Amino acid sequence: MSKYFSTVIFVFALQLCLGCSSQRVEQREALYAEIGGHEGLESLVDAFVQRIVKDKVILPYFAKSSVKHFKQGFINHLCGLVNGPCEYNGDSMIDIHTGMNINEGDFNRVVELLIQAMEDVGIPYSSQNRILAKLAVFRAEIIKI
Amino acid sequence: MNRRFSFSLLLLMLLPIVSFANGKILATPGVSQVEGSGGGGLVPWAQLAGYATEDELAFSAFCTQANVKDFQLNSCGGQVNFYDRLEVSFVKQHFDVEPLSLTLSQDILGLKLRLYGDLLYSTWPQLSVGIQQKSLRTADVAFSLGAKDDTGTDFYLAASKLHLGLLAGYNVLWNVSLRYTQANEMGLLGFSGPNGNGALQTEMSVAVLFNKHIAVGTEYRHKPDNLGLKEDDWQDLFLAWFPNKYVNVTLAYLDLGTLAGLSDQKGWYLSLSGSY
Repeated sequence: MSKYFSTVIFVFALQLCLGCSSQRVEQREALYAEIGGHEGLESLVDAFVQRIVKDKVILPYFAKSSVKHFKQGFINHLCGLVNGPCEYNGDSMIDIHTGMNINEGDFNRVVELLIQAMEDVGIPYSSQNRILAKLAVFRAEIIKI
Repeated sequence: MNRRFSFSLLLLMLLPIVSFANGKILATPGVSQVEGSGGGGLVPWAQLAGYATEDELAFSAFCTQANVKDFQLNSCGGQVNFYDRLEVSFVKQHFDVEPLSLTLSQDILGLKLRLYGDLLYSTWPQLSVGIQQKSLRTADVAFSLGAKDDTGTDFYLAASKLHLGLLAGYNVLWNVSLRYTQANEMGLLGFSGPNGNGALQTEMSVAVLFNKHIAVGTEYRHKPDNLGLKEDDWQDLFLAWFPNKYVNVTLAYLDLGTLAGLSDQKGWYLSLSGSY
């Protein structure tokens, strides 16, 4: 019986850990500063575009996009997500990605390009993960539509 | 035509239709488990081995050596991941019992089916069911200790989740598995015995990714004591290194407790695996 009990405790402890997410509010506000504010976001998105341009698999998805429009939209979207002083008023993720039919593999490839871009501009690993956590929730509005 | 040759031939025939499997994020599939399944070192996880996503196949191979005070386990095997849905695994285990200068051998064929979810992205944890069909090739020792069978099948249900940035910005991965097993010491000492015929066991793992290449974690695996030899639970502390998506090296410190009546079985575990 004790083994089931210890499992229950383990799972409970995990849930508590998830509960501590409320304590991350302050850290969340610090995230915008951590990545260098608006300037940091601009260099990140520039680096991301550089990575996309060099990627033969991902570049075709952007064939009909305006680089300037994409940069502006993504900077604003990220800025809002990391609790910076901006609000994203662009098209919804669903509107943008409908018809692209992005599969899981290509989605993950773009995530990896973004990680590389974050490395390119020197965003710390812990901030990278926090940014990815904020973006991860949009996956269902991006793939296979 | 021998079996190995026909298997290689099958692989070669499949290759032209295989897109290169690297659709997953580095380190997220975990490593190879001693019983052949994708997982941690001791516990099968809900993730399938290799980096295949919905339209890819992944082939992986591994060898693991574990050295504790009186025993050494050598196992080599491999997994094929079909479209991130089904994992087929096989391992050959050779277990040296040093005080008796003898070697016990076991083959394990595994199947794992992903039922729901994605480790990173789904709201609920990724969920998989699996079986491990075990055949002990050297059953004399097992029977002399009171085991009833030289073959057995384990069934498990595994749930796993990776939380991005959970711990001060670091990613945390956990897995809980519930296993029905009749095996004594994983099957190396046969199946069932005077004290039991099979029961549910829980197993768990937690890991933290210190950067995108290095994971550090711990595992705990409950075990039955069907033979009445004070069979102990297993635990480990591991460090896994993923330099890229093709290679993984895992080093662990093992505490296997009392094994076949011999206490304090602690030692080291080293595993190498390759994925394509």
